[in-house]
Amino acid sequence: MLELLQGLGHWTLSGLRRLGRANIFMLYVLGGIPLCVRRFRLVITQLFAVGVLSILIIFVSGLFVGMVLGLQGYNTLVDFGAEESLGVLVALSLVRELGPVVSALLFAGRAGSALTAEIGLMKATEQLSAMEMMAVDPLHRVIAPRLLAGIIAMPLLAAIFSAVGVFGGYLVGVGMLGVDDGAFWSQMQSSVEFREDILNGVIKSLVFGVTVTWIAVFEGYDTLPTSEGIGRATTRTVVNSSLAVLAFDFILTALMFNK
Amino acid sequence: MVEYRKIEILVGAFVFAGLLALTILAMKVSNLTDFGGGDGYEVKAKFDNIGGLKVRAPVKMAGVQIGRVAEIGFDNKTFQAVAVMKIDRKFNAIPKDTAAKIYTAGLLGEQYIALEPGGDEESLKDGDSIVLTSNAVVLEQVISQFLYSKAAGDDKSGS
Amino acid sequence: MTPSNNPVLENALVKVRGLTFRRGERTIFDDVSLEIPRGRITAVMGPSGCGKTTLLRLIGGQLRPDSGFLVVDGEEVTAMSRAELMQLRKRMGMLFQSGALLTDLNVFENVAFPLREHTALPESMIRDLVLMKLEAVGLRGARNLMPSELSGGMARRVALARAIALDPMMMMYDEPFTGQDPISMGVLVRLIKLMNDTLGLSSIVVSHDIHETLAIADYVYILSAGKVVGRGSPTDLSQTDNPWVRQFVQALPDGPVHFHYPGAAFAEDLRL
Ligand SMILES: Nc1ncnc2c1ncn2[C@@H]1O[C@H](COP(=O)(O)OP(=O)(O)OP(=O)(O)O)[C@@H](O)[C@H]1O
Ligand SMILES: [Mg+2]
Repeated sequence: MLELLQGLGHWTLSGLRRLGRANIFMLYVLGGIPLCVRRFRLVITQLFAVGVLSILIIFVSGLFVGMVLGLQGYNTLVDFGAEESLGVLVALSLVRELGPVVSALLFAGRAGSALTAEIGLMKATEQLSAMEMMAVDPLHRVIAPRLLAGIIAMPLLAAIFSAVGVFGGYLVGVGMLGVDDGAFWSQMQSSVEFREDILNGVIKSLVFGVTVTWIAVFEGYDTLPTSEGIGRATTRTVVNSSLAVLAFDFILTALMFNK
Repeated sequence: MVEYRKIEILVGAFVFAGLLALTILAMKVSNLTDFGGGDGYEVKAKFDNIGGLKVRAPVKMAGVQIGRVAEIGFDNKTFQAVAVMKIDRKFNAIPKDTAAKIYTAGLLGEQYIALEPGGDEESLKDGDSIVLTSNAVVLEQVISQFLYSKAAGDDKSGS
Repeated sequence: MTPSNNPVLENALVKVRGLTFRRGERTIFDDVSLEIPRGRITAVMGPSGCGKTTLLRLIGGQLRPDSGFLVVDGEEVTAMSRAELMQLRKRMGMLFQSGALLTDLNVFENVAFPLREHTALPESMIRDLVLMKLEAVGLRGARNLMPSELSGGMARRVALARAIALDPMMMMYDEPFTGQDPISMGVLVRLIKLMNDTLGLSSIVVSHDIHETLAIADYVYILSAGKVVGRGSPTDLSQTDNPWVRQFVQALPDGPVHFHYPGAAFAEDLRL
């Protein structure tokens, strides 16, 4: 019994300590933002790695998610004679929820894990140490551009996901199932609100971008410099950032769409 | 440093695609273009019962959307619901004696206000009220009326 | 065993006093004091795992000692802020044991890295400087290779070119000779000596290659089990009768230094 309590205490304390470390780490990294602005090249190179290389998976997943929404939505709505509202259903689901959330989960798997592994390997091969000895702060030179690139890329990827998804829903709904073209778009436009829905979706994906990238770079920097340590850190990045995204999604949804 | 130029071009394309997607979402998917902000004039209408009418519900005339419900309030004296409609400035020649009705799009669809034009020379201006209103059709009322009249009819034929 | 009232050591570049450093339970340094003189080549030798790399990291301020203090060029490293440390490190070059090249940059960009980070030189000048440094280590032709395409010895030489890119006042070499063929080894030995003499550098060389090291070192420290067990000029050391030093200099398998990492007796471990 006492051992159980001790285990719980140990777990809580080490979790809190990690959280504290992650926060201090973030503070130092934010000190590198001026450098990133001065040398935007560093950020662009990272935007390539986290953004451009994620486009394909985001595009394909968005298309399929939109097509499935079109199919499922139609089957449900047609029973109520409300298949004209298919556009609304597809667009609102994507813009408010699926766009930001699914693209953040994909981003965690595609870009987050790569970031953790890259930084962990740089640590294990003493590259970060060598930079420090060359009077270059790796938190500013290596971590900050990656964090910034992640934060910039995430909302763009989520927007691409949603737009492609709406198109996928249109393909299935209007193209295959014969929903009226005009009704699809006009109902969508009259029910989807720019500020309430689109902007809130963008805010969500910004928050997710910060969360996922922060976890990814911290796990990489904090890893044990061995191949096993890097493997574990990569797994932790994907698991923790996915959980964090879902938890934040609930909180943000409650705050934003709670009428 | 391998072909930094190529990287730059691809990143440029990525950012462009992202912004384009956002623009599509704003223009084609949502209603940023129409009835956003304060571009329009407000007209009030009082209803005995607004049913399930919500703020942001469409205001239509001859089936064409001309505005939105901006606000729903309650009149403490007449115990009526007050719906404030924001009508786009383009539609500035709506007769003063226009009637407002609350309809439902489809059996379970969203409710909206339909305006039926009268014959008055003068047109509605900002702050005006629509006097002629008819209430939302509440499904339960329709059903109970139907049942009641049916029962009454059965009674007559039976006696 | 010359005590530190030697005039050269009075004006030492690095002074270490009462240094104690622990890793968990293990004490790596136990009250160590030593000086690194200016303008000379000082060799630090000792068995594997005795803390030579750790000593270099302590001097560079990457690790903080548990007690004692380190003074580099008149400034106390242990009391420095992050910003002050960065200033100091710009004047230090360190060659890492593993090379530690940045794997996403090619050879040229690796050597150019400190120049790009700390100077605003025009591209043409950076190019000249980098090619000069690469020429010095004999790898000018390899400038477009990626680190993954280099052998261990080549990577070490690129790292050396990078370490000297900013013309530091002080160089720390962690095992510069391992993995080098006899020819490049000879070149490196001469290069270290030459840079020290012509550029007025101060150098710390950590190495196991006794003959090469003793050939260029002006002063030698021998570490073992957390202590300085021998110090002196190479001639002093080759004539000494100190058993620690003799074992090391003459490469005897047994003596006061044990080949084995401390642990239970072998027989006990095998449960005999
Ligand atoms: N990160 C670390 N965590 C815990 N112990 C460490 C760590 N790094 C080194 N050590 C321990 O510190 C001791 C000194 O290590 P160091 O790398 O300084 O040895 P060294 O003298 O450079 O050896 P070599 O000649 O093999 O390079 C070793 O015994 C090692 O066990
Ligand atoms: Mg070492």
